[in-house]
Amino acid sequence: MPLIKDSAFVQDAFVTVADDAALPGGAAIVSLARFQKERDALLARNAPLGIQLKAPENPELLGEDVQRFSVIVLEFPAFRDGRAFSWARMLRERLNFTGEIRGAGHFLYDQIAYMKRVGFDAWNVAEGFPLEQFHRALTEITNVYQPSADGKKTIRELRATPRP
Amino acid sequence: MAATPALQVLTSNRLRDGAVVYWQAGAWVEYFKDADVFHDKPLADAALAAAMVFVKDRVVVNPYLFAVREEAGQIRAVEQREIIRCAGPSVRRDLGKQAKPSMEAFDVSI
Amino acid sequence: MYRYDEFDAQFVKERVSQFRYQVERRLAGELTEDEFKPLRLMNGLYLQLHAYMLRIAVPYGTLNAKQMRMLAHIARKYDKGYGHFTTRTNMQFHWIKLVDVPDILEELASVEMHCIQTSGNCIRNVTADHFAGATDEEIEDPRPLCEIIRQWSSLHPEFVFLARKFKIAVGATPHDRAALLWHDMPVEIVKNEAGEVGYRVYAGGGMGRTPYIALLMKDFVKREDILAYLEAVLRVYNQDSRRDNIHKQRIKILVNTIGQEEMQRRIEREFEEIKASGSLQLPQEELDRIKAYFAPPKFETLDDEMPIGSYDFENWKKTNIHKHRAPGYAIATISLKAIGQTPGDISHVQMDALADLMDQFGIDEIRVSHEQNLVLPHARKRDLPAIFARLQKLDLATPNSGLITDIIACPGLDYCDLANARSIPIAKDIARRFENLDRQHDIGELKIKISGCINACGHHHAGHIGILGVDKKGVEYYQILLGGSGAEDATVGNIMGPGFSAHDIGPAVERVVDTYVKLRQNGERFLDTYRRVGMEPFKNMAYLEQMYAAH
Ligand code: SF4
Repeated sequence: MPLIKDSAFVQDAFVTVADDAALPGGAAIVSLARFQKERDALLARNAPLGIQLKAPENPELLGEDVQRFSVIVLEFPAFRDGRAFSWARMLRERLNFTGEIRGAGHFLYDQIAYMKRVGFDAWNVAEGFPLEQFHRALTEITNVYQPSADGKKTIRELRATPRP
Repeated sequence: MAATPALQVLTSNRLRDGAVVYWQAGAWVEYFKDADVFHDKPLADAALAAAMVFVKDRVVVNPYLFAVREEAGQIRAVEQREIIRCAGPSVRRDLGKQAKPSMEAFDVSI
Repeated sequence: MYRYDEFDAQFVKERVSQFRYQVERRLAGELTEDEFKPLRLMNGLYLQLHAYMLRIAVPYGTLNAKQMRMLAHIARKYDKGYGHFTTRTNMQFHWIKLVDVPDILEELASVEMHCIQTSGNCIRNVTADHFAGATDEEIEDPRPLCEIIRQWSSLHPEFVFLARKFKIAVGATPHDRAALLWHDMPVEIVKNEAGEVGYRVYAGGGMGRTPYIALLMKDFVKREDILAYLEAVLRVYNQDSRRDNIHKQRIKILVNTIGQEEMQRRIEREFEEIKASGSLQLPQEELDRIKAYFAPPKFETLDDEMPIGSYDFENWKKTNIHKHRAPGYAIATISLKAIGQTPGDISHVQMDALADLMDQFGIDEIRVSHEQNLVLPHARKRDLPAIFARLQKLDLATPNSGLITDIIACPGLDYCDLANARSIPIAKDIARRFENLDRQHDIGELKIKISGCINACGHHHAGHIGILGVDKKGVEYYQILLGGSGAEDATVGNIMGPGFSAHDIGPAVERVVDTYVKLRQNGERFLDTYRRVGMEPFKNMAYLEQMYAAH
């Protein structure tokens, strides 16, 4: 699947590994179940590690290990399931996670801007999704009312800023 | 007692304006009285399958079959919901399909 | 009332463009109906039985004359000449075309209105007491806080794809007119022992399949912390609610599954964290800035004398005029419950005429009540006879506020795709049965609330007499509930027994009311008598005819 990061399509350095598949030599993304089962071996590998969380899986389940991951993939089982919006924000604000938060699964164009606001910085998009659309999604609404993980100035702050 | 054959009509709402439409010979028409009545389940199901093309082409939304019955030589919807869809609101007889003078009166009073 | 600044205006404008693009993509086939549906709902657009229905937000029920004229214009140009005020104090149009909606939104934006979050699984339009700013009972006007919540909740990135809808109401008076405790998150403005004003927050109220009255979450939240606390509640809900069963996804289910204390504990943890970050702290200057918009009009020094008028006027005064905070002023309820009319419906002619009336009598704003009536919050007492005469000509002067014919009814099966049964014809039938005004006064306060299905838009759980439409093999039936309340003594009504046919429900309600009249003691309201004697006597009488018929 194409990956958008830093406003461009990038090569995915990670391989997402099924629970019963052998681990590759390089960077790999595993499920929470597999991580819990093979934690020590996975952390001992000499390659970047990522984890994919399903919508009901609270990132706090990772405990201190959260900082050991280079990538945390948050999965949308259906675009209506908005738990990942809270998980991403929690990763950034409570767990101080600074690695990549990647959105995967079924999300819509119309959710990209919200995802960016709560801390996602990478998107697994459908084959053929045009990059212009990605940029368009981020510019639909200029100013926002709520503080969030993106640190964007809120309308309240803008109101308080003296204007020329 | 022999079961009366289940009669059905195929309906949907048009995407662009939401108007109620009925299936007649492979196309959509606005009035219930013009709708095809299926006496036969396989035929009804085939029409429903054919209607899915119109969903794909963004003409209608969510087509489905509903039960009708023959009453004094007239075809009528069985359920109140469908009676109201084919007539219009029972509390505004001046609005909806029932408002058209050519339409026979719909019995949706209580 | 609140006026948009350049940021609000740009925000709403961009939201219109965003929706226009969503409609284009739907028509071009880039969005399936499944994908489009939640997006259109988030902008108040439903596909109903006969057409699309557009729900326009009336934030905390406040409208100015310009906005009222715009609603009249939309009714004329895009609908069939009328609209419907709902129990969420919004306005609904029932005959809308999808392709017109972006243009309608643009017209609305020109008078600072929108449809943002009037449906969908997100934070909905915030409601308040329709007497806000005019009653002498309140600690302070709840609407500044409502406006602050409206802004905070508008396209909140974390909370637009919640498990279900989320309704907030703000109350500020001991006598609750906003059905406060029936909301997902009621907020009550209170004073603590030190005399500071702050907020008491509840969670987990709601109607629908499993009705619950909200439970207390925190007794006193300081002013500056209120958004932090609300965000904490929403965060717990978004993270911890079930998502596997649509009937168990409201916050009421979460609260009642994990219990009040556990819910409080989870909220507290989030709250402490958000507070510590300081990001949602509400500065006093911002509160003051918003409050300034809601400053009461400059009340003139007037004689407090209440004018005496015609017999009709005197009747109207008895029920539709309420005490105002300023001498010489009154609050007037405009009944949208003329006998035989659809509760909550209003024509474009009436809307325009009301806007003119507001201009003529110097009334800046009008309110929509959750009981589907309108309210003139600041009317000069001396103008009341003239106002009444105008309303009479418009068929808007029915003297029945709070009486048995002031019935709440949802659109039901005449319009609504989710309905099991019609509500409006039942409301009309009952109103006609009790049309006699002396009888209405004799019966006194009695709230009948009718929903066409279990979704309870007609608040049937909170009716002194609630009526719920059910479907038995495509035929409409009606269950009676007794003893519900949407006031400060909120209670869930009890189902009496098997349903009545559309034909029998009116007479059954009459027998229930007659039973009350026989059993009541010294000035008891219907609700009080019910609470004293219980279901049995009412039930016995309600089913009486059926029993005869069966023998
Ligand atoms: S209660 Fe049911 S029938 Fe009535 S408006 Fe709500 S969803 Fe429709």
